[in-house]
Formats: sequence, C-alpha cells, structure tokens
Amino acid sequence: MFKQLPNSDVEMVDVFLNQQKISVPMGTSVAAMALSNGLRSTRTTVISNSRRAPFCMMGVCYDCLMIIDGKANQRACMTHVAQDMHVESQQRVGPILGEVL
Amino acid sequence: MKNHYQLVIVGAGPAGLAAAVTASEQGISCAVLDEQAAVGGQIYRAIESVPEQRAKVLGTEYQRGTALAKAFRESKAEYFPNTKVWSLTADKQIGLLHDGKSKLITADQVLLVSGAIERPVPFPGWTLPGVMQAGAGQILFKSSGVVPSEGVVLAGSGPLLLLLAWQYMQVGVEIKAMLDVTPLSNHLQAMPKLPRALLAHHYLTKGLVYQRDLKRAGVVTKIGVSDLRAEADENDELQTVHYRHLGREHSIETGLLMTHFGIIPHIWLTQAAGCKHQWDKSQQCWRPSHDKWGNTSLQGILVAGDGAGINGARSAEHTGRLAGLQALYALGVISEAERDKQSITERKWVKAERHIRPFLEAYFAIPQEMLATHAKDTIICRCEEITAGEIRTAVEQSHGDSNQVKYLSRCGMGACQGRQCANAVAHIVADAGGLAVSEKSHFRGRPPVAPLSLQELASLSEENV
Amino acid sequence: MKTEVLIIGAGLIGASTALQLAMRGCSCIVIDKDSPGRHASGANAGGLRQLNRDPAEIPLSVAAAKMWHNIESLVDSDCDVRFSGQLRVAENKADMEKLEQRAAMVRSMGYQHEEIIGKKELYQLVPALSPHCVGALLCRGDGYGRPYHALTAFRRKAESLGAIFQSNTEVYSIEQLGEGWEVRTSQGTFYSDSLVNCAGGWAGKLADMMQDPAPLTAKALMLMVTERLPHFVDPVMGAASRKLSFKQMQNGTLIIGGALVAKLDFATEKTEIDWSQLAQSAKTVVDFFPQLKDVRIVRAWAGIEGFMPDNIPVIGASQQVKNGYHAFGFSAHGFQLSPVIGVILAQLILDGKTELSIEDFSISRFDKQA
Repeated sequence: MFKQLPNSDVEMVDVFLNQQKISVPMGTSVAAMALSNGLRSTRTTVISNSRRAPFCMMGVCYDCLMIIDGKANQRACMTHVAQDMHVESQQRVGPILGEVL
Repeated sequence: MKNHYQLVIVGAGPAGLAAAVTASEQGISCAVLDEQAAVGGQIYRAIESVPEQRAKVLGTEYQRGTALAKAFRESKAEYFPNTKVWSLTADKQIGLLHDGKSKLITADQVLLVSGAIERPVPFPGWTLPGVMQAGAGQILFKSSGVVPSEGVVLAGSGPLLLLLAWQYMQVGVEIKAMLDVTPLSNHLQAMPKLPRALLAHHYLTKGLVYQRDLKRAGVVTKIGVSDLRAEADENDELQTVHYRHLGREHSIETGLLMTHFGIIPHIWLTQAAGCKHQWDKSQQCWRPSHDKWGNTSLQGILVAGDGAGINGARSAEHTGRLAGLQALYALGVISEAERDKQSITERKWVKAERHIRPFLEAYFAIPQEMLATHAKDTIICRCEEITAGEIRTAVEQSHGDSNQVKYLSRCGMGACQGRQCANAVAHIVADAGGLAVSEKSHFRGRPPVAPLSLQELASLSEENV
Repeated sequence: MKTEVLIIGAGLIGASTALQLAMRGCSCIVIDKDSPGRHASGANAGGLRQLNRDPAEIPLSVAAAKMWHNIESLVDSDCDVRFSGQLRVAENKADMEKLEQRAAMVRSMGYQHEEIIGKKELYQLVPALSPHCVGALLCRGDGYGRPYHALTAFRRKAESLGAIFQSNTEVYSIEQLGEGWEVRTSQGTFYSDSLVNCAGGWAGKLADMMQDPAPLTAKALMLMVTERLPHFVDPVMGAASRKLSFKQMQNGTLIIGGALVAKLDFATEKTEIDWSQLAQSAKTVVDFFPQLKDVRIVRAWAGIEGFMPDNIPVIGASQQVKNGYHAFGFSAHGFQLSPVIGVILAQLILDGKTELSIEDFSISRFDKQA
C-alpha cells in the first residue's frame, strides 16, 4: 500500500522486519519502514485480537505498537530505524513479561 | 540537564522555537523539551533533514520552518530532543523521561506548546488497518518520504485534506476520490465570515489553486458526503469505503483511506497541571483558557501556538514570541514597557492570522451527527474497544457524565489516555441526555500523560533523592 | 422535600445504608455534593480484605465477607468480585515471626481466617514471586471487587426499591427540628426524621454542622494502574514490612497502592500525585516481581477519604443529638465493610439497636481523650 520515494543522499541501514533483512534509509521511522515494506497491520489488539496499523503517526494513538529489539509495546511511529534493529509485529500484549512466565 | 530552569518550554514546533529564541536572547536559563528526535513539531517535521525535492513539494509555508530552526540552533536555549514529558504539576514540577531515566525538574515559568492532534471522529471501520489520519499520511511523506503506492481515498473536512491531496498529486500518487463531509449548509454559515477572511486572501487563493489543480488532474471530489463507512476484507483489513452522496449509496474499492476532521489542541499537559479549560464552540474543541499573553489560570504556566487554540503555524510563531516576552517580564528580566513595545508587531501578525479563522471554522465545521456517533457497534475507544452502544448504556446506568461513563465502561482507560475518544464520549453523553458538552465534560486528567514503565518510574528514586 | 431518612454522601456506605433501609420499606433520600462514588468509593482499590484488620474490626469484617461471598443475591450483580485470597509476604525470619504473632492473636479471638503458609505453598500460590521470600500470612476467603461497579449495583438496587439518589446537592446547613432534621442544600431544603452522615472526607465538616464534632482528617490516597497483562498472579499481594499492595484485576491490569498520600488542597479538592513516593512503590513492585519492569503505568490518581486518629471508623448513633447517625472515617479500608455497615445503620435507625458490637467505633471515644 505504501512505497518509499528514492533518496540517494541518505545512508542505508539493515534492519530485520519479522525476521526478514531489509535495507532502509536512515531517519525512517519504524512505522514508515513497516508500511513501505508490505505490512498492512502491525499489531493485534489486546481485547479482541483485531488487526491494527499506524493511525496518527505522531505518538498519540498508541495503535502502532510493535516489538522492537525484543521490547513489546514500542511506538513504531516515534522510533527511528537503526543498524541491526529487530522489529516484529505484536500479537495482543506481546512478550511484555519477558520469557520468565 | 539541570534540576531547575528559569523557563522550560515543552515542545519544539513553531511556537516553542520562536519563544526559545526570544527568551534566550536575554540570557535566562531556558530548556526546550521535545518528544521528537529533531526540531519542527508536526508542521515543520524533518525541516533540517528533508531532501530538497521533497521540500519543494511541501511548499513555501513548510520551508518557513528553516529560518526558525536555524535561529533556534544559534540561540543559547538548551535543547533536549527525545524527551518525554509525562507530568506537570501546578507548582511547575515537570516529570520527564530522558535517556531511559525519569527525572523531576522545576521551572519558574513553564511554556506549554504541545501543538495539536487530529480531531478523532469515529465512524464504522475507522480502526481497520488501511484507515489512517491524513496528518499521518503527511508525516510519512515529510519525514520518511513514504507515500501510497496503489492509490488512496481521502475523506473528511479541512484544509489539510486539500493540501495533502495536492502534495500527493505532485509526487504521482493516485487519488481515487476526495470525499468531503462538510454539508452544504456549512457554506451558508460561513458566508457572513467571508469578508473578514478576504483580508487573508493568500490563504483562500492557495486553496482555490489546489482545488483547480486537482480538478484539472481529474480527481473526483464529492461534497456533502455522509454515512462514511470502511469495510474489511477477510483479513480484517480495509477493502471498501462506503458513503452516501446526493441521496445515493456509493462504494469504492481501496486499500487505503486517509481521513481528516480538523485539528484540536493537545491539552493533556495543561489538564494534568490543572489549568482551567473551556469548550470552544466555533473550533469544536476544548482549549486551555488564557489571556492575550498566553497566561493560563495557573501562575507561571503559559500556553502558545495551536495548543492554546487552533490558529495555524504562522500564528504559533507569533504567539510563541508573545509568551516568551511575557515569561521574560514575569521573571523580572524585562520591564512591562519593554514587553509591550516588543509585542506590537507580533500582536499585529496574530490579529492578521486570525482573519481567516472564523470562516474556516464555519466552513469546515464537523456535522453534529458525526461527532455524536449513533451507530451502536462503532468503536469509540480504540484502546479498550468500547462501542458507542456501550457508552450509551453507561450513560443510562450512571448519573450521566463522561467520567462516570469512563468508570463504568473503561472507555478512555487505555494507553492513549482518552486522546482518541474524549471528544466523542462528551458528545455521545450529551446526545444521550447526560451532561452537555462543556469544560466539565472532558475526562479528568490522570497522569502520567504518557505511559511510563515501572522501571522508568522507579528510576526516579535513584535520580531525585 | 420530606423523607424518613436523609443520607448525606452517595458513596458505598450511603448506598448500602439506603439499600438496607429500602429493603425494610423505609423511605430515604441520598444526597451528594458531587455524583455517586465520585471520591473514595469510586477511587479505591477494591480490596476485599479481612486480613490484618484492627481487632475491633474483625467481627464486622468477617460478617461483611459472608455478604460479599453472596453479593449477587443482595444487589443482583456480582460486582466483579473474585476471591483469590489476600496475603502478606515475609521476606525474612523477622517478618515471619511478626506474621506468626498476628495469626496467633487472631486465633485467640476465636477466628480462623488468617493462616500462616510456608515457602512451598507461597510459591505454589504465586510462582511469579521473586525467590527471596520465606512465607506468608494468608486469608483464603479474601479477594477484590470493582469499586465503581459495586457502588453502581448497590445504588441501582436501592433505587429499584424506592430510594432516591440526588447528585450535585451540597449541604449548606443542618438544624435539629424537634427530634428530626432540617437540611438546607444547594437544591432546596430537606426534612427528615433521621439523618445519616456518611460523607467520607467531608464527614468531619458535616459532623460539625450536626453539633457532634469528630476529629476527622481528609487525605488523598494514591493508586496507579498498569496496562493489561497476561494473567500471572491470583492473590492480592501485600508485604509484612514494606509498602506493597497490588492486585491483578480480571481484565489483566495491575492496581498498585500501598497507602501513599498525595498532596491535597481540601478546599479546592485538588490532588497532586507525589511521584517520588510512587517511584518508590514502583521499585518495591519490581523487587518482588522483576519481570514487571517493562510494564507500563497508564494512570495514577488520588481519592479523597476520611481518616480518624486511630484509623478505625466512627459507626453508630450520635450521643449528642437525636436521631443522628454516623458512619465515616473508614481510613481507607471501608470498601469491604460497606455491606454490613448498611445493615448496622438500618438496624440502629429502625430497631434502635444492632446485633453486632460497635462500641469501639463510638464517636464519643474521642471525648475521653480530650
């Protein structure tokens, strides 16, 4: 549904989106990266497990929550991509309590 | 970061940058805290890093931000990006998160320039993946150069919708349709306000040029659309947009719908501090009450820019400077006469920027039936997935105000803290016979204004002992 | 307006009293300066706790527990109650001794509801607990409910039986007229045979107006709540020697308390969260449950409640005036007691006596100290 316009001036970084390695311009938000790499939804809701995607892109709706570098509930719109970052779609509450439970 | 500043400014959009430049010229200690990684706020997002080609498409209004950002960078104000402010108290104690650690700092004067958020207007299917706010579309473009690849339907009301359509057209994005929900009766309401708006004819001309260009490019625009509804495919993702126009049902297949229903002040911090607010009928939103300098009902807490009431980016710059001057005066750095003298030009600009507003507010007013959703299955609270029907039931079972509805239904108790539902809940409560929409019908502030992890909160006990 | 009983304060105590009176066919009006459950009754943590009560409260608390276990038959709603136990965790030997003494004291009064459990049973009950704890004091019949839901259920049941609840009705003056009462308010004057003061944080002010003063202090207790989490703990958790109080609600959120006091401007009713105290509280929670470190707090608030100098309530008929009754100063642990307080007040008003012993809660206990 989205594409990223070419911008040759910017350095690229490698990130992993749902385990797949992709190359992304620095300065791209995680949400923009996910949307322009084919993800239509980025999480499911806690209550009904319904699919959701980034909605406001400015940090106020909390609908773009993803698992970033193992940490659940990160706002993808407020986070920038970084080299070797791991980004995953989140199911419901995600691994919020880690592996302990 | 110090533990105390003479002036703390929260927000690095046009109002914050202008205020910081004005205030720090006088040698006071001034900190600017902002959640974004770079200056510009939403309107001048990525202003320092945007590629030239993209900046051109974003236009001259956007490019105004360059000079502002440059002046700010050259100023002595201390700038803390990536800093989340999660609390503000009436005695000007600020709770913030910086580098993963919480900290409480204090200030003699606090200027809140929290800007605006898009007015959330629930309609059936607005939670589906593929439905997004138009401002979100613009942010994707501004900061990441990301645009729709397979066409988009734009729906709603307001200048941003038109601007985004025009910008998309410049970069070759297919616009499947423009669905304007403003009823024709709005145009009549707005007419008496047109003469004053003509004083700001450059805005009107720009709008007309955008409309003309879109028409020439063959973009279909429908005015007076109602019953907007988004429908999903078997994957729970947007497939079709339904609407009613001139008495007939229509539908468009699309994977992407961007909506816009105007913008409203982002009042969560002024609320947390306990500033007095009021319901602005013309702007259909709550805003903090303030005087012409930006003073709120709380001593030493000021507001400026769109966070104080919607007047646009240019006005924000001027009200920011006025608030900066007022802060300097309150700090005893400049005299009353000096403050007044320096404010003359700024005030003239503020007034000039106000000319267009009454017209825009009347022309783009959102129809009442969209604000107080009737479709009982429509989700109102996106976080807790509470429907309009559940809210109406809660109104019946309580003594009928938004806070009781919240207690009973959990509406507004999710991560967004009610930002996406407070407006709709107040309207539904009033529509269902409860408290009328007023300053009392907003959810009571419940800090932190942004979620904070236990570890982040606990870090405060190490930081401030 | 005329009524047999006028109740001031539409919190849970007022609603419970109205319900019991209405069940016995007595007409009553409940007035509140705000709306039902606006303060402590809507803002409390919902704990249903017999554990670690003041000895004077134990008989009342045990009677109330029986009512909560059968709450649906009383108010036609389960009030979202859950009886998953409440416990106080011991972190070391000294803690354990303290808890054992407590258990022995309760047994000596003839009650069996508080029992000591060892390390093994503690970790069977709460596997997620940090491994350093050694045992706990447990009350299996304890649990929690949802305060505002309970308040609404009590109110609606009372209303269905004829009780009237009136919001936004602020009391301006109270006069004894013969053996009855005249109460002037922002919504007109009320005349009643009996008057009940259960106005929570404002009850001290009303007691003064009734010419029957009591040393009540209003304080605002803070709570914070997290986002929804997977189910990971059943009992309501407390600790023997640290300020820990938290529970996981049915919806998955954690409510974290611990009797922490917010800044309060009583005149304007403005409360301000004291973040350094909540930070300490967050640290304590993470000490006991390290896996919660990334869990997000989404709201904090403070509810205004009335406290007595000895932290137990005032319950009973006034000794100074005729047909005046008090039930206030629950000092932040009135939620669990509320059903039985309604019964006691209805008995006092209609029968002139009550089956349960309430001597320790007399308002005149403060005269002796003076």
